[in-house]
Amino acid sequence: MQILLVLPLILPLLIGCSALIRFRNIRQTVALICLFLNMLVCLLLLVETHLYGVQVVQSGGVIAPYGISLVVDSLTGVMLAISGIIGFAVGIFSAATIAANHQRFAYYPLFGFLMMGINFAFITGDLFTLYVAFEVMLMASFVLLTVGGERSQIEGGLKYVTLNLISSTIFLIAAGLTYAVAGTLNMAHLAAIMAEQPSPGIGTVLAALFLIAFGIKAAMFPLFFWLPASYHTPPIAVTALFGGLLTKVGIYSMWRVLVMIFPQELAYLQPLILVLAALTMIIGVLGAVAQTEFRRLLSFHIISQIGYLLMAIGLLTVDSMTGAVFFMVHVILAKTALFFVSGLAYELEGTYKLKKLGGLSKRAPGLALLFLFAAFSLAGFPPFSGFWGKLLLIRSGLEIGQYVIVAIALAVSLLTTYSMLKIWTEVFWKPLPKQDTELASPHKRLSPLMLAPVGVLVGLIIAIGVFAEPMYQLSEAAAVGVISPVSYIEAVLLPGTGE
Amino acid sequence: MLLAFAITAGMMFACGVYLMLRRSMVRLIIGLLLISYSVNLIIFSMDDPNTRGAPIIDSVEESAMSDPLPQALILTAIVISFGVLAFTLALGYRATQVAGTDNIDTLQSTDRGT
Repeated sequence: MQILLVLPLILPLLIGCSALIRFRNIRQTVALICLFLNMLVCLLLLVETHLYGVQVVQSGGVIAPYGISLVVDSLTGVMLAISGIIGFAVGIFSAATIAANHQRFAYYPLFGFLMMGINFAFITGDLFTLYVAFEVMLMASFVLLTVGGERSQIEGGLKYVTLNLISSTIFLIAAGLTYAVAGTLNMAHLAAIMAEQPSPGIGTVLAALFLIAFGIKAAMFPLFFWLPASYHTPPIAVTALFGGLLTKVGIYSMWRVLVMIFPQELAYLQPLILVLAALTMIIGVLGAVAQTEFRRLLSFHIISQIGYLLMAIGLLTVDSMTGAVFFMVHVILAKTALFFVSGLAYELEGTYKLKKLGGLSKRAPGLALLFLFAAFSLAGFPPFSGFWGKLLLIRSGLEIGQYVIVAIALAVSLLTTYSMLKIWTEVFWKPLPKQDTELASPHKRLSPLMLAPVGVLVGLIIAIGVFAEPMYQLSEAAAVGVISPVSYIEAVLLPGTGE
Repeated sequence: MLLAFAITAGMMFACGVYLMLRRSMVRLIIGLLLISYSVNLIIFSMDDPNTRGAPIIDSVEESAMSDPLPQALILTAIVISFGVLAFTLALGYRATQVAGTDNIDTLQSTDRGT
């Protein structure tokens, strides 16, 4: 079933090609059908890798390490599946909320290119192709962020573009130097070479370069300033997609490149990464507590959650990576759901300012309930998905005696709860402020199309929380696959054994 | 030869960073451009610059062949940076139109949470 591995690239590309179609409705239909198929293919790939091991396609039939390999191992399978689900959910949500004037500028084709870049970054087994995937993703996200041309979008876009280009540049330098050191860019080959002949000096430099490059993309402290400056400016469906997936691609790349290829060189950087993880958590959550705008508050939370994912790299045990993969799935779902909720609050009351919002618990009790579940999950309450991810991370931290980072992670959870409570009291609990009632559209109701994606995501959050065992097993398989990539290397370099 | 490459790439990178730290939008874009060029040079010097034989079997000795892969990488990087530059120029132009100035320091409204 080799065609399956190529479909996550082809289907979004088809959406991109639909830019040639003149009629908006047809473009939208094509996009939604392709996104749905993409989700099915991604889920199928996850099942297949779980049952039959690592799946590989050598593009053009060129044998690895000379050609470009497309590889789906457990981690890629999990990431593809979750991004497929989010892609379809955001697609539906966009159909309901994106204004017609935005759709005129080829909204869905750009969306398709973005999804293609994301899937490409997950699926590629080649370091330079990962750079190309990043560029595809970045170009699409640049345009999605700035299309519409409002002043805030342009300003945010300029910072986003500049810092992400610098990150790409550093990535390119690192990839070039890696080639000079190892003579290959195939990740499996690289992992095998670096394991056999570790080069502590230049290897550590390379690992640090990759850490900076991916750190900018992942919004790691102190490289995150582009994120809160830009993420709240585009239409909310775009923000939800960015907030859910883009920074996580940076974290995925760290796992794939730093943990899989440079594990020995990483040991030197681990204390630094732990400090950065702690600062990312703290600064992110403190930033969130200080905000008075719904989307900006959630944007800062993205940063704070990135800290937890970095913490796993700092601890670097199978347990911590298992927790991080679990946490990754959870945080993508919860974050996207929360951004959806903020968009729906805007639909009802015409503002994102917490002070001017209010009274939604009476007006839209269903929405309030969905928010509460997603927020509890983000804060880490049982029985939601966030609880298990944090539990695994914190337990692995205690096991190897890193008590400081564990204490900080717990304190940050508490602050997360506080800032979620702030949203709850401001947006849902308190009555609608009188002077702003003219902004709100009192007769507007939420269509089922708007509520369905949020409902499904929150349903998944609860399902993962209640039936944690299957998700735990998937995460563990992914973590083991990254930390000791024997099956990955064999499947790519020794064709025939991996099939 | 390698030293010349290293110095040139370093100088270009430094100039790029210097330009990016200025206030003008145009300088920012030129700075980005210079940095991406200097990276191309860095990748170019991955291969030993003294071996410059065409990598065709039987036409040159194997030891004198140059490695074609860095050049292929640079080609890709050049195309990408060309596309990115076009977008950045359009964005910069649009920004000067919307803001009425090309002073980057005045573009702060999204940082402050209006």
